[in-house]
Amino acid sequence: MRRNKDVQISDAVLKRRGFRYFLKENTGFLYILPWLIGFLVFKLYPFGSSLYYSFTDYDLFKDIVSFIGFKNYTQILDTAKIRKAFEVTFRYAFMTVPLKLAFALFVAYILNFKIKGVNLFRTIYYIPSILGGSVAIAVLWKFLFQNNGLINQILSIFNVVGPNWLGDSRYSLFVVSLLRVWQFGSPMVIFLAALKSVPTDLYEAASIDGASKTRQFLSVTIPLISPVIFYNLVTQLCQAFQEFNAPYIITDGGPLGSTTLISMLVYQNAFKTYQMGLASAISWLLFLIVMTLTIISFMSQKYWVYYSDDEGR
Amino acid sequence: MTRRQKNIVNTTLRYLVLIGVGTIMIYPMLWMLGASFKTSNNEIFSSIGIIPKKFSIQAYINGWQSTEYTFLTYLVNTYKIVLPKVVGTVLSATLTAYGFARFRFKGKKMFYAILLSTLFLPQVVLNIPQYLLFRNLGWLEPSLSYLPLIIPTFFASDTYFVFMLVQFLRGIPKELEEAAKIDGCNSLQTLWFIICPVLKPSIVSAALFQFMWSSNDFMGPLIYVKTVAKYPASLGLRLSMDADVGFEWNKILAMSIITLLPSLIVFFAAQKQFVEGVTAGSVKG
Repeated sequence: MRRNKDVQISDAVLKRRGFRYFLKENTGFLYILPWLIGFLVFKLYPFGSSLYYSFTDYDLFKDIVSFIGFKNYTQILDTAKIRKAFEVTFRYAFMTVPLKLAFALFVAYILNFKIKGVNLFRTIYYIPSILGGSVAIAVLWKFLFQNNGLINQILSIFNVVGPNWLGDSRYSLFVVSLLRVWQFGSPMVIFLAALKSVPTDLYEAASIDGASKTRQFLSVTIPLISPVIFYNLVTQLCQAFQEFNAPYIITDGGPLGSTTLISMLVYQNAFKTYQMGLASAISWLLFLIVMTLTIISFMSQKYWVYYSDDEGR
Repeated sequence: MTRRQKNIVNTTLRYLVLIGVGTIMIYPMLWMLGASFKTSNNEIFSSIGIIPKKFSIQAYINGWQSTEYTFLTYLVNTYKIVLPKVVGTVLSATLTAYGFARFRFKGKKMFYAILLSTLFLPQVVLNIPQYLLFRNLGWLEPSLSYLPLIIPTFFASDTYFVFMLVQFLRGIPKELEEAAKIDGCNSLQTLWFIICPVLKPSIVSAALFQFMWSSNDFMGPLIYVKTVAKYPASLGLRLSMDADVGFEWNKILAMSIITLLPSLIVFFAAQKQFVEGVTAGSVKG
């Protein structure tokens, strides 16, 4: 009781001292100030001006900005090359993300069993992901899928003549996608952590009730780790729609534009031909798509994501 | 089948799958390593074996000098970018995370929601106006062209590190800090003497992640670094690929391995941190 009173008095004293009171009340705010300044300068301002530029014909060479309304957006819809890039990006994302997540979950499931040497396998599986979007890994991939590269050499052992993976527009996107599926380490580690947190007595109860291993996986494991599936889904989707390095280095968008993703088109338009207005419009359309998909995922949560404490919603 | 037999079959199956997947993961990289010591394209493209017939380091010597500058230039450039970025990230992310996790102030909830939402903001949308911003600041000059890559990290621009540190801080009990406060420490002293030592593992893993991601960064330097003398290794490697008309793969692969080496060393030195970092902070990847 007495202590409480002391605090009140000292607060009142501080209030009269103005600046020191302000400091005491806002210490936390001062700590986040660098981030806040960074957010305003490097995120919010660019975000807003990007929207503005998307309605202009800003050409960096002429350096004149004039407002042209929705012209950039209609141009996007009218240009076959850009429409194709959107189509390719969708195909890329909807091929890569489910494959990668399924693979990551499958491997995490096996790694979750008590077997010797698990750490070694975990490390090996994680290496390709840690090297991520590096140029060197993209070079390796290009090298593997050369006409006479390792993949086709292995196929020829089984008397299969492998296709010209990177030169054939039917396979090129698949090869790029495969690189990202191969780098399944990060979602795998997150799945693994989630699987470890599933209480074992739930499995015991289920097996007493006569549930098979598959049944247990579907009815116990999946619902319990669904928040993590959701998290991985959203982050991987965001990432897939922004893919740039791998197709840029492995195929440079070709053959026949089959691996030209939207981010590459933004790069080309902005930093090669300096059409900042058009490029901004393309990037904003991409943003709207990613946002819509994220919102749909968030809304779909109530149908399939199970939160034990109702807090995550 | 008895229970025991069933167990043996199950374990064997699991090992087979683990080894199978493991081979797919690691074999391409070992093959790449082997190929960098092989002498000709002919040998590289005619055998799936890893061990070269005749072990040669000629590819490393030739690759090192395959462009106008030696590869050393590109490696030094890489760390001129990476090290300041790591310092900036560690400083700013720790301060911000401390502010969010340990204080109450007006608008905190709103600010934290904004911070989290920036995690999902595509970088592609920001690239163009950021480029124009840095151009107006005059940072596209060759001598300043690393600034656009470095300066934002001093303002906690990589928000997942803040998120990661906040998550860790939440798990640390507040009693220690309260004791320090009673002993007369101000909040900065508390951060330095009490929080930082406890938070060290997660700060280290943030630093390691930033180190690896920045060393591998390609798009950033591609946009801002226009002079070859200033290229980091990622661009240097791409350049030597373009310069090499006949595609002497062993040379390109040798240089690829050199650019991967620092990241691999860091990874093996601290693999435990990485796995913990990913699980605790839910980092991208």
